[in-house]
Amino acid sequence: MPEVAVDLRHIIKEFPGQRRDVTFRAVDDVSLEILEGEFFALLGPSGCGKTTMLRMIAGFELPTSGEILLRGKAMQDVPPFHRPVNTVFQDYALFPHMTVLQNVMFGLEMEGVKKAEASRRADEALDMVRLPQMADRKPRQLSGGQQQRVALARALVKRPQVLLLDEPLGALDLKLRKEMQIELAEMQDELGITFIFVTHDQEEALTMADRIAVMNGGKVLQVGTPEEIYDTPNSRFVADFIGETVFLPGLMAGKDGEFGWVQLDGVETKIKASLAATDIAENQSVTVAVRPEKINLFPIKGKVRYPDGSSDEASEYKTALLRDPDINLVEGIIKSANYIGTDTRYTVSVGGHDIVVRIQNYGLRSDTHFEPGQHVNVFWDAETVRILVQ
Amino acid sequence: MAQGTLTRPVRSEVNIDVAKMRRDLRVRQIGKVGYFLNALAAYFFLWAPILVLVLFSFNDSRSVAQWQGFTTRWYTGIFENVAGTSVRGSTTSILDALRNSLVIGSLATLFATVLGTALALAIVRYKFPGKRVLDSILYLPVIIPEIAQAISLALFFKIVFDTINLMRPDQPPATYGYGTIIIGHVVFNIAYVVIVVRARLADMNPRLEEAARDLGANEWQTFWRVTFPLMLPGIVAGALLAFTLSLDDYIVTAMNRGIGDATLTVVVFGMMRRGVSPEVNAISTLMIIFSILLIGISLLLQGRSAVTGRG
Repeated sequence: MPEVAVDLRHIIKEFPGQRRDVTFRAVDDVSLEILEGEFFALLGPSGCGKTTMLRMIAGFELPTSGEILLRGKAMQDVPPFHRPVNTVFQDYALFPHMTVLQNVMFGLEMEGVKKAEASRRADEALDMVRLPQMADRKPRQLSGGQQQRVALARALVKRPQVLLLDEPLGALDLKLRKEMQIELAEMQDELGITFIFVTHDQEEALTMADRIAVMNGGKVLQVGTPEEIYDTPNSRFVADFIGETVFLPGLMAGKDGEFGWVQLDGVETKIKASLAATDIAENQSVTVAVRPEKINLFPIKGKVRYPDGSSDEASEYKTALLRDPDINLVEGIIKSANYIGTDTRYTVSVGGHDIVVRIQNYGLRSDTHFEPGQHVNVFWDAETVRILVQ
Repeated sequence: MAQGTLTRPVRSEVNIDVAKMRRDLRVRQIGKVGYFLNALAAYFFLWAPILVLVLFSFNDSRSVAQWQGFTTRWYTGIFENVAGTSVRGSTTSILDALRNSLVIGSLATLFATVLGTALALAIVRYKFPGKRVLDSILYLPVIIPEIAQAISLALFFKIVFDTINLMRPDQPPATYGYGTIIIGHVVFNIAYVVIVVRARLADMNPRLEEAARDLGANEWQTFWRVTFPLMLPGIVAGALLAFTLSLDDYIVTAMNRGIGDATLTVVVFGMMRRGVSPEVNAISTLMIIFSILLIGISLLLQGRSAVTGRG
């Protein structure tokens, strides 16, 4: 069991509001344990309190109440320049009056490292971020991506226990972002330093992080691995914020262990789906979260074609499917079809509900294509659909 | 489709009223000339008097109305210390006056720059009670008429001196002098220094100071390694502006000086009372050149504040 690197206990942060008697609660009772060597993401929309969290760990803000422990040590009275934590700022905050090398050396000089030694270690750090030839340039002579690497080198040269990254890739263009995502993850693997990074980009969090904390309105809604967060969201917000989700309102009709049955308005068949919480009561109004790529379609009449080229009669296929108790199968009408290359997006009307379905175009287009107005069978596995509290 | 309902636009003849077009073009040409004349007139009023002054500072005659030929003797005269004037009973040579101006200007600039920079830092970086009030009354010296400020200072000093002299009657009486001039200059210069330094500071990315602290620099190191070097162009620009204003000041100086403390402006003014002389022209020309130089450097430094590490 790895040790806890950063332990946040019931952190509350309030800022003075517009009026004197009103305070704004930016962080509302957050408790998190971030493990040694972990790549941890704080994910949420802007204004959710994620950057405030980061600034409190760095020491730029003090929590109104609660405790921050770094490797078990309370950080309450420790100023930022004594914390074993370094930050890569969103706008990099490179010192414009210093060269790249001087920027990287700055932190070492503050530690009292001798100039020659500091210069040698700074060179090493610049090598690591693959910018050795830029040492004598001023930051403004570098591109955004290069500045980002310098900021990274400047923080990493201090060999911090925890590296904080505030939207580190936000200012880069898409291609560079993708490259840096992979590079950052590799670097973190190599150095074994705990990385905590703040992002509003769900894709970035899913690709890079070992674990993600999804935040909204100052609260942490869910903590888990990318798979857990994506496949088993525990709230409507998480399901909505990460990936694409269609929400279908209905009533709880029954439950058994981890599964429940929901009666959707206008749909005869009861939908079986996994429960986000075990305390959902019968007849409670709930919402069923459906991911477009977890749903499948096949025609009501005619043949079903498989990726390997073989085919079956639709009616036989349906009978086979219905033998599995975990399969939900309903009928629907195609409302629209949008071809987007790798997939086709269909909007299917099921008992008045619009369900978005993404079908991969594995064969020729004619193999998998459905026309608007066509009646189709819609099916999915109960495990891939979540019942959430309304 | 609904193609039948759409009709092609009818191709029509292009009709141009040639006479009207010619008329419009002519109006536009007249307008162009008008703009040019406008600018010419404006610059003429601005610069013609100064041009005449500079021209006649090279005139080889005491007369200021007739061109007699080129000479630089008025300039060499200043530096050979022959020109002088009697001001309020004491004779001060122009060179002495220049020295006075430079000493007063330097000291006033030093104090105003240090105080103004500290004040700008406090206003931009810290929250304290009464900040808004302080912020708004700071610019008062820039707005109120200089004569009012000069009188109020003179009055203030008088009250202070009267009180001091009353308290220690056996000592020689305290009175106006270098000190009062310098304080007067510091008073109006602080506001200008704050305006310039503050603009620079407001332009500076606050994350830079956070980054320094994050990298292990304490408050003192952060200030001297990051904040100060980045505000330095602003401070120098403010100081140059203050120095120029101090050199050029007449009203505050004249009303708060002691007997014998004549600055360049006071001497020139004294000389002017006996009529415009070529020496006055020469000194004025030198002052204009010097001021333009200082303000130019100041503006150049402020212009560089575009590069302050934002973004």
